Parts: sequence; structure tokens; C-alpha cells
Amino acid sequence: MARIGGALVAATGLLAVLLVAVTNALATPSDDRQAELIHRVKHDCGSCHGLTMKGGLGPPLLPAKLASRSDGDLVEVILDGVPGTPMPPWRGELSEDEARWIVRTLKEGLQP
Amino acid sequence: MRMLTTWLSVLLAAVIATTWPHGVAADELRGTGDLGIVVERAAGAVQIIDTSRREAIARVEGLGDLSHASAVFSRDGRYAYVFGRDGGLSKIDLLTASIVGRVVQAGNSIGGAISEDGRLIAVSNYEPGGVKVFDSETLAPVADIAAKSPAAPEGSKVVGLVDAPGGRFVFSLYDAGEIWIADLSDPSSPQVERFEDIGTQPYDALVTGDGRSYIAGLFGEDGLVLLDLWHPEDGVRRILSGYGRGEEALPVYKMPHLEGWARAGRLFFLPAVGRHEVLVLDGDSWREKGRIPVHGQPVFAVANPDGRRVWVNFAHPRNDVVQIIDTESLEIIHTLRPGKAVLHMEFTPRGEQVWISVRDEDRVDVYDTRTFERLASLPMDKPSGIFLTARANRIGL
Repeated sequence: MARIGGALVAATGLLAVLLVAVTNALATPSDDRQAELIHRVKHDCGSCHGLTMKGGLGPPLLPAKLASRSDGDLVEVILDGVPGTPMPPWRGELSEDEARWIVRTLKEGLQP
Repeated sequence: MRMLTTWLSVLLAAVIATTWPHGVAADELRGTGDLGIVVERAAGAVQIIDTSRREAIARVEGLGDLSHASAVFSRDGRYAYVFGRDGGLSKIDLLTASIVGRVVQAGNSIGGAISEDGRLIAVSNYEPGGVKVFDSETLAPVADIAAKSPAAPEGSKVVGLVDAPGGRFVFSLYDAGEIWIADLSDPSSPQVERFEDIGTQPYDALVTGDGRSYIAGLFGEDGLVLLDLWHPEDGVRRILSGYGRGEEALPVYKMPHLEGWARAGRLFFLPAVGRHEVLVLDGDSWREKGRIPVHGQPVFAVANPDGRRVWVNFAHPRNDVVQIIDTESLEIIHTLRPGKAVLHMEFTPRGEQVWISVRDEDRVDVYDTRTFERLASLPMDKPSGIFLTARANRIGL
């Protein structure tokens, strides 16, 4: 029984790993969509955060500035905005996967 | 011998062509009253435009990060001073299409102004927060005003910088919620007058064409603040306080710009924040006279120079449209669809044409303001701001 339980746990674990892998694969936007997202980050986010993400009315979004924040936190900021500041919620404009992809891209540094 | 002269003149022409920047011929005498610039924000370049020929005549590169770039002109209309996001202040000679001066004066800036006598250029900075003033001839530093106050001891971002009569510059402190008047009639010792507690997060400001009324928009609350520059001793006054009270504002994907304020007769038109409305005020009492429902959240509401119509563009994601409001009936009389991401509109000095930048289509289009017919379309790389030399002769621009 214990062995079956163990196998079950292992199988569930494996399934979870597979699921995560599949979700990650799904989570990456298509090439066309990536190009659109980059364009939006540079030009629409850039109107407050700067075209090169060095900041403006909004704070800088350079890798060094973002390193200490978790991806989840930053995804939340993008989707829900920051009340009391001009940062608007982008939910409805962006899916959670797209926000997560943007966070990862910003953390790696946006290519000019 | 004739052969030699011919060859010499060909050679000479070639030398001139290569040393003189393209666009304006060295032997061509011309004025600058029908010239202007278009900012190519991503390329760090500007194109010099001729509004009589409706052509781009030259391109100047190497201006740094031009997101949110703006420009003012020398009083002779020959030089454009371009303010870049990266703190760069560049002086461009429109006639030779060249950069004749450039300083990187701060880490992060948002715009600038030229003094009434044309001698000083002031730049408003986010980082470090404050205003720096330069000699317009040489770009040598003249004054440095740090925007530090008890409400923002680390320094505040500065927005809404304008010139005003009496050798003054007026600006707002975004983080501190203050308006400052800096009197630079003696540039070596600026006199600063501060107005505190004006409201939460002033995000931009304008000065009326007579240089009398300075109006700052507030992001942190519904309403605007007015400072009468004829009577600064009276302090600031709230106008349109709580214009959206009880209504939930929409997410603001792009901040409205107040610089393109519009006045037509007694009426004054301003973009509302977070609403699909243009606000109409009585320009004498500053009371609300109405609101005009429009296509999206307005970014610029600018009056044709004759005051008859107001042209409005919109924030993402409804930014492919321009609407035209009749200032007598307060109705929308026309809707244009120039294309994706209309960022800016600039009228020729007497208003017969309007130049419109369509960023995502990489075009600047020229429209006839009476027939709404498109007269020309010029390819540009991600165009944003359009600035014509007529601004040289207007207070606050």
C-alpha cells in the first residue's frame, strides 16, 4: 500500500512537473505577439517609464531595479496597477501569461 | 581652359554637397517661418519640415533618447532646442540641419521653456528633480534650482514648466504638490516663490496665451489649480474641483497633455483625466460650462488658431482617431481615422493645415483643416511631437 501510495505520489509529482512544463510552453506568446508586446512596452509603457526603461514619471524598469522583486509581484503590478499612482491596471489588455513574459523580458533587459 | 572651369565647378559643387548638410542649399537664402521639426522618438532623430512645400527637407540624428521629447525655438526662429528624455538638451540649426550645441544636463528630463527675451533655456528634470537654466547662445549653465521642499526632502520631479512675462519660469512639483515661480530677471540670483499644498500629483500645466493664468492638472484628485500670475499674492485657487465626483475614473493609459490647451472666445477646452470627455470652462470665471462626450480619453485638445474648432486625439487603445469639435455648438462635427497611434497635432500658424503624427504607421499626415482632406503624407520613423517655428513668438510654448 505504502509502495502504491509512493508510486502515486511520484506519478502525481511527475504529472505536476509535466503540467508546469506544458504551461510554461503555452505561456510563451507567439513570435508575432512577442513583437507586439515589445512594441507596447517600448512605446506605451515607455511614455512613463522611458523608451529605454530608464524611468520617467514612472520608476525605471531596468534589470538591476527589478531583480529584488518576485515575478509574481511584478505580474500583479502590471495586471492590477498601483492604486494612488498613475500606474494603470493592464488586465483586459494583457493576459497573465503575457504579463509574466513581459516581466521575464524586462528582467533580462530589453534589447534596443 | 573652359573644360577646366567646368570641372572645377563640378568639383566645387561636389565639395559643397558633401560638406553642407542635405536639404538646404548653401546658396539659398531663406527664412524659417514655415519650418519646423518632427521628433522621431525611437531613432533619436528629428526631421526638419517645410510646411509651404509640405516636405521633409533634412534629417538630424544623434539626439539620444527622444521618448517624450519636446522643443522650443529661438526668437529668430533659426534654432530648435530639443529636450530629450535622457537629459540631453540639443540646439539644432534649422538652416544647416546640424547640431550646433548639446549638453546632457541631467539623468532624466521632461521638457523645457525659453525665456521671453530668448536668452535663457530652462529644462525641467525628474532626476535629479529640479530646473536647470542655460545660456541659449552657448548652452553654458546659468542656474540650478533643486526642487527640494519639506513635502519632498529628497527632491521632486518637476512638470509643467512654462515661461511667463517678467523674466519668470513657472513649474509644478509632482511629488511635493507645489507650484514654484522662479524669477530669473537677474539670472545670477534666481528668486523663487513657492506655493504649497496646491493638490495631489500635479502632472502637467499650461499658461494661457496672455501669460496670465497658470493652470496645473492634478492626477491624484479630480480638479485643476489656477495661479493668477498678475496677482500671485492671491495664491492658488481650485477650479473644477471634483468634476468627476461619484464616478469611477477609467484606467489612464496615457497622461493628458495640457500644453495644447484650447481657448475659443470665452470658452476654454481641456482634456479630462480618466474620462471620455473634453471639459469646457468659462475662461473668465473658470467655472464648468459643460462636458463633451468624445471617442476615448483625450490626450491633446487643441484649438485651430482661429478658435473655431478644437481637435482632439486619444489615449491607447483608442488612439487611431481624431475628433473635431465645433466651438459654437460644442458638437463633434467630424471624426478622422488617420491610423494607429496618433500622438500629436500641430497647426500651421494661421491654421489652414494641421500636421498629425501617426506613430505606428510611421507617417506624418497633413490635413486641410476646412475640408478634412489629406493633402500630403510623409514617411517618418515612429514620429511623435511636431513643433513649428511659430512657437517662437508665443508665450508658454
